[in-house]
Amino acid sequence: MTAGKRKTGDGNGASADWVAGARPSTATSGISDNPFFEHLLRLGDDRLVLGHRLSEWCGHAPILEEDIALANIALDLIGQASLLLKLAGEVEGKGRSEDALAYFRDAIEFRNAQLVELPNGDFAMTIVRQFLFDAWDVLMLERLAAATNKTLAGIAAKALKEARYHLRHSAEWMRMLGDGTPESHRRAQRALDDLWPYTAELFITDDVDRQAAAAGSGVDVETLRDSWRESVTRVIVEATLAIPKDGFAPRGGRTGRHTEHLGRMLADMQSLARAHPGASW
Amino acid sequence: MTDKNLPASQQVGGTATAEEAARVAEFEARIAQGESIEPKDWMPERYRKQLIRMMSQHAHSEIVGMLPEGNWITRAPSLRRKMVLLAKVQDEAGHGLYIYCGTETLGVDREELVDQLLTGKAKYSSIFNYPTLTWADIGVIGWFVDGAAIVNQTMLAKASFGPYARAMVRICKEENFHKKQGYESVATLANGTPEQHAMVQDAVNRWWWPSLMMFGPSDKDSPNSAELMRWRVKRDSNDTLRQRFVDLTVPQARAVNLTLPDPDLRHDEASGHWLFGEIDWKEFHEVISGNGPCNRERLAARRKAHDDGAWVRDAAEAYAAKRRADASAA
Amino acid sequence: MSNETAGSTTAATPPADTQWDLWEVFTQEGEGAPHEHAGSVHATTAEHAMQNARDVYARRGKVVSLWVVPTTAIIASAPSDAGPLFDPANDKAYRHPQFYKVPRGVRGM
Repeated sequence: MTAGKRKTGDGNGASADWVAGARPSTATSGISDNPFFEHLLRLGDDRLVLGHRLSEWCGHAPILEEDIALANIALDLIGQASLLLKLAGEVEGKGRSEDALAYFRDAIEFRNAQLVELPNGDFAMTIVRQFLFDAWDVLMLERLAAATNKTLAGIAAKALKEARYHLRHSAEWMRMLGDGTPESHRRAQRALDDLWPYTAELFITDDVDRQAAAAGSGVDVETLRDSWRESVTRVIVEATLAIPKDGFAPRGGRTGRHTEHLGRMLADMQSLARAHPGASW
Repeated sequence: MTDKNLPASQQVGGTATAEEAARVAEFEARIAQGESIEPKDWMPERYRKQLIRMMSQHAHSEIVGMLPEGNWITRAPSLRRKMVLLAKVQDEAGHGLYIYCGTETLGVDREELVDQLLTGKAKYSSIFNYPTLTWADIGVIGWFVDGAAIVNQTMLAKASFGPYARAMVRICKEENFHKKQGYESVATLANGTPEQHAMVQDAVNRWWWPSLMMFGPSDKDSPNSAELMRWRVKRDSNDTLRQRFVDLTVPQARAVNLTLPDPDLRHDEASGHWLFGEIDWKEFHEVISGNGPCNRERLAARRKAHDDGAWVRDAAEAYAAKRRADASAA
Repeated sequence: MSNETAGSTTAATPPADTQWDLWEVFTQEGEGAPHEHAGSVHATTAEHAMQNARDVYARRGKVVSLWVVPTTAIIASAPSDAGPLFDPANDKAYRHPQFYKVPRGVRGM
């Protein structure tokens, strides 16, 4: 991963506003005019991409018990993604199924945060990515479980139970790696330093968030930042790790501006489905 | 030199005393009565060794078996197929784990077993040394390979060694969906586009003979069989099980308009069996001695996972040691 | 890629490694049911063992409670003790309800 470190923040800890590419309001960004659809894509794509990344570990984990644990989390996330994308397709109203959305959109149409598309790296990178996401996910799902849209509320309520368990797993591994051996500590700290900048995007409220929240089925994500910081700080300290400083903060995933990693990941994921368009499996 | 058809007590050149002979006779009588042998029961050393060999080979097969199927998880062409395949491979990890744990009751550590696999000392099922070249291979593996495994496992659920039998009961419950989802995928492809039909027919052509070889050589060429049957860790001969598998599978292939790559395949009215052609045992022996298409890749992948994971396993150990130290200092 | 065949060996003593300690897992499948032995897992701390046990033995959803115990903490009777420990209980028929005759038709017995 080659994220550059351009510090354009105001030095007060507020995240820098560095966007890769055009701003959300340009015509070429491909943002639809249906905020609820956009909102559901964001939720679904986060889980699809992260679940896919975790599934890459299957058969290659450090120990058999972790092959099973990571597969478990991947299955939960892909299951949630499937339900969310199905709902998204219904909300869009153009007849696109969850598979049509998963397999026949290009990278620029995906709405996941950049954090989840980053390559797995070593086990520390995977765990730190998971932990940072899980802590946010629990907060999101707690709010979404009360969504006005009953289908979304139902999906969120079930997903919340899963997310709490995921957090239990990733937090325990944070501690085991951070407070394990000097090598595991070093790897965990490096992963945390590399991934921290990508968390800023999770807490930037934009128009899509505002409109979904106003309709009762979204979340003003900025309001989650303090709780999230408190809960991750606690675990990071228990893990004897250092909290990285805020500064460089890439963003753009929510509007289709991804890293180069997503395109390559989708080339793998979508290749077979796209080779046989219209086929059933 | 041992004659496999004689009990241990009667081996020429063995050092069995009268007392030991009596213990062996009592042990074999228990088995003949259908009793379960548990880890702390007295057992002949040879029984212990054979069980360790059988069980660890079985566990290794489950673990290595994750790789050919895992090869297609990231490219699964629908979300449902992606989840089904991931769940299946996860189950295989679990099955390996159950059986390793069962083997550990016989006084061997899992580290030792893992080491035997990674250094090439241990064997695993020949079938997993073949490559999965298309998505259709995944369905065919579920249908043929899990199908063959089920024929074998149903028998093992009544094995004389308690921990093995109990692990097998748990596995059999979970295995049912593996074969079914495979056949469902095969049927979907067979009835799909011309490209899909061709894809699955090609997969069948490549996996049929290796699947028949999974049952092992004919019993006249299989040195361990008689003893294992007397000890109730094997109930039926390799040939019987192979025939059972063929009889089950041929109608399933016909039901979805797929042909099997055997010009000699024919139904025998008298016996009711599907008679089949000669198996190329030369290929089988090449594959199990390490010269199959994927043997090196499979072991290399397992070694890499193990080596790359060493610092992780160490970290968990170190963390636990610190917490124990905290607890005793408290 | 090295040209190893099945049966080749590496250096005589493999480096010390660990697959972690062995723990026994007991699951309760429904309210009021007894905990039954499900199998084992490898893990380090109790929390770690609990999570691994849940992933391996409880992911199919029928489990409502889990116990994990370090394998070394289990004290088991030896098979050679089975006679003195268990046989005498078999012939104490007065401990079984079938030993007692009660008049027919009496409820609650």
